[in-house]
Amino acid sequence: MLSRSSALRTSAALTASALVAVSLAACSSAGNGGDGAGAEVTVSVYNEAAVVKTVTALAEAFQKENPGITVTVDPRPTGTEGDNLVKTQLSTGEMDSVLLYNSGSLFQALNPDQTLTDLSGESWAADVSDGFKPVVSTDAGFYGAPLGTSYAGAVVYNKKVFADLGIEVPKDWASFTAAAAKIKAAGITPVEQTYGDSWTSQLFVLGDFGNILAQDPQWAEEYTANKAKYADQPALTSFQHLQDAFDAGMFNQDFASATAADGIAALGSGKAAMYPMLTQVVLGQLAQDAPDQIADLGVFPFPADAAADTTLTVWQPSALYIPKTTEGAQLDAAKKFIAFANSSAGCDIQNANGNAAGPYVIDTCKVPTDAAPLVSDIASYVDGGKSASALEFLSPIKGPNLENISVEVGSGIRSAAAGAAAYDEDVKKQAQQLGIEGW
Amino acid sequence: MASTMAQVLPDLDRRRGRRRRKRRTGTDPFARRTYPLWFHLPASLLYVVLFAVPTFASLYFSLTRWTLFDVTFIGFDNFVQFFQDPQLSQSLVHTLIYAVVTSGAKVVLGFALALLLTSNLIGRGYLRAVTFFPVLVSTIGVGLTFKVLLDPFDGVVNQTLAAFGIAGPGWLTDPNLALLSVALVDVWKGLGIATLIYIAGIVAIPQEYFEAARVDGAGAWTVFRSIIFPLSWPATGTVIILSLIGGLRSFDLIWAMTKGGPGFSSDVVASVIYKQYQAGFYGLSTAGNVVLFVIVAAIMIPLASYIGRRGVES
Repeated sequence: MLSRSSALRTSAALTASALVAVSLAACSSAGNGGDGAGAEVTVSVYNEAAVVKTVTALAEAFQKENPGITVTVDPRPTGTEGDNLVKTQLSTGEMDSVLLYNSGSLFQALNPDQTLTDLSGESWAADVSDGFKPVVSTDAGFYGAPLGTSYAGAVVYNKKVFADLGIEVPKDWASFTAAAAKIKAAGITPVEQTYGDSWTSQLFVLGDFGNILAQDPQWAEEYTANKAKYADQPALTSFQHLQDAFDAGMFNQDFASATAADGIAALGSGKAAMYPMLTQVVLGQLAQDAPDQIADLGVFPFPADAAADTTLTVWQPSALYIPKTTEGAQLDAAKKFIAFANSSAGCDIQNANGNAAGPYVIDTCKVPTDAAPLVSDIASYVDGGKSASALEFLSPIKGPNLENISVEVGSGIRSAAAGAAAYDEDVKKQAQQLGIEGW
Repeated sequence: MASTMAQVLPDLDRRRGRRRRKRRTGTDPFARRTYPLWFHLPASLLYVVLFAVPTFASLYFSLTRWTLFDVTFIGFDNFVQFFQDPQLSQSLVHTLIYAVVTSGAKVVLGFALALLLTSNLIGRGYLRAVTFFPVLVSTIGVGLTFKVLLDPFDGVVNQTLAAFGIAGPGWLTDPNLALLSVALVDVWKGLGIATLIYIAGIVAIPQEYFEAARVDGAGAWTVFRSIIFPLSWPATGTVIILSLIGGLRSFDLIWAMTKGGPGFSSDVVASVIYKQYQAGFYGLSTAGNVVLFVIVAAIMIPLASYIGRRGVES
């Protein structure tokens, strides 16, 4: 049927389309370079100034010690965008040779047994604290080396404002409310809220978790097993306190549009007295903007209704992981780099660059004596047994819409009870998507 | 006269073309076809690889629980869960409000601007360019800029209002206003296209009608009501269809300005889907996209055929 000339044309068209296919394939093959010849280590890190600075300093010092190895820092987006990128890169085998990523529930979502290299045989592994090991381990292996310190999610306060007004650190919710009223009467914002960065609204709920655990030590397991709910006590109190704070007019006027940076600036300058926040974020921002204000800050746990229950909620540091796709000379170099980051030389660099925001979780690292005073506040709660891990390190389930729901409760759009019930629904959705039994 | 010419010309064309082609290809039985079928091969290969395969893959993934590492087939559970989502009904209402408000405003304002810009105006070309300019700017850029301009305390808009003694509202932070504020910015940004389509529609109306109307002594209002308005119906149809589709699947501007907030008060279907994707619910968000596709198609196909029919009648 086909004449000779049309057969020729057919083959030409086929060649052309094959060329298109080849060039399409070429687009997707740009992955991690270096097949192990000259050892190259690339480190995927959060694109946050403090993190990039610390890891870059570590890389430079490491290359000086190991002239044969080049280390490249590869920043990636922060937040959920970064989470999706990491999962995509891991599942397609395109991940850098070393990965800096969260520990706890986010780490568990990476399917570590299939994607990450077991590091339990490394020399530094024995020095890692018992509190940190479970948050980078599965039943089948131990995968992460800590980078940075643990930190608190709690009420960071301006000590100068408290001293000027003669206010003591509140130990229960009633004295917290009284202190806020006194601060407000003095014309200062009692509690800073910053819903322009909506994630910051979650602190009232997430940072209150230590208090829930103090009242019900089994709460995290029951929550994972679909038995404990936020709509019931003791957990409902976390949402209730957020609503109470809004109802009492404790927040800054621009709470709906202010950003975390605005909030930290207000706290540092004394325009606001208290800001519920992660200590790591506060210190990182102030180290850049106004280092002299760091000395004015202290931290205390979210107060529970009863002073005896008041417990500090502590977050574990992120960790360095090695994906399974890193092999041969590259794997050796990657392991060497991670060991260096946790050596005493590496710790000195972390201390010089990063901001110790709480105690280290590895024995080889010590918080320097000139660290921010709020770090010793955290240590006093941890050493005194008045601290607990945040929920994300005890349960794989965290509802994705918590920040929107807590913005609603903190803005008076929704009541605490309705917000807690909505969050229980959100949690249910997450648990079903994770395929957890009992949901 | 013009219409008879138009009927004659293509006929002539066709006949001439057939003769020429016959001479070139001889007795090949496929000669009637404009091009041999396999000329489509490169294009259809691209179409299959870049469009058809992803489309059908997404239909499959919408029926699974997908973590990027594992795929578990779960039937229609995702769709059940998507429709049980407490935010969905709210976001559907928001989507409809957003689509109708932006589309309606673009029709009314676009028509008015087009009338103005087709009249004898000083600096008409310049004004036409200015009207079109916002269309050229990136949506994310527009969103971030307006977010700054509409800041309740430091924003230029509220500071200007304050200069006149008016306390401006929290445009993007008031849960009752946020969606409408974004819709307004969408209108500002998309008005240029609507105006352009209307200008083209009005300019295409044959001058004879205007001349005849003038001879009959028709005033400006009659000319508008009896000539411009009915005869620019094809333009109206195009503007409605384009802006309604744009409004139903709008995402970028809303995400840049409010991220669906405060709370969920400016969430639309597309932003709910994106949040599910962000949360790592890949199968669920794919199911959401399939639903969105069906919704847009269910609204647009009857509407487009209705508008088309009315266009033919007029």
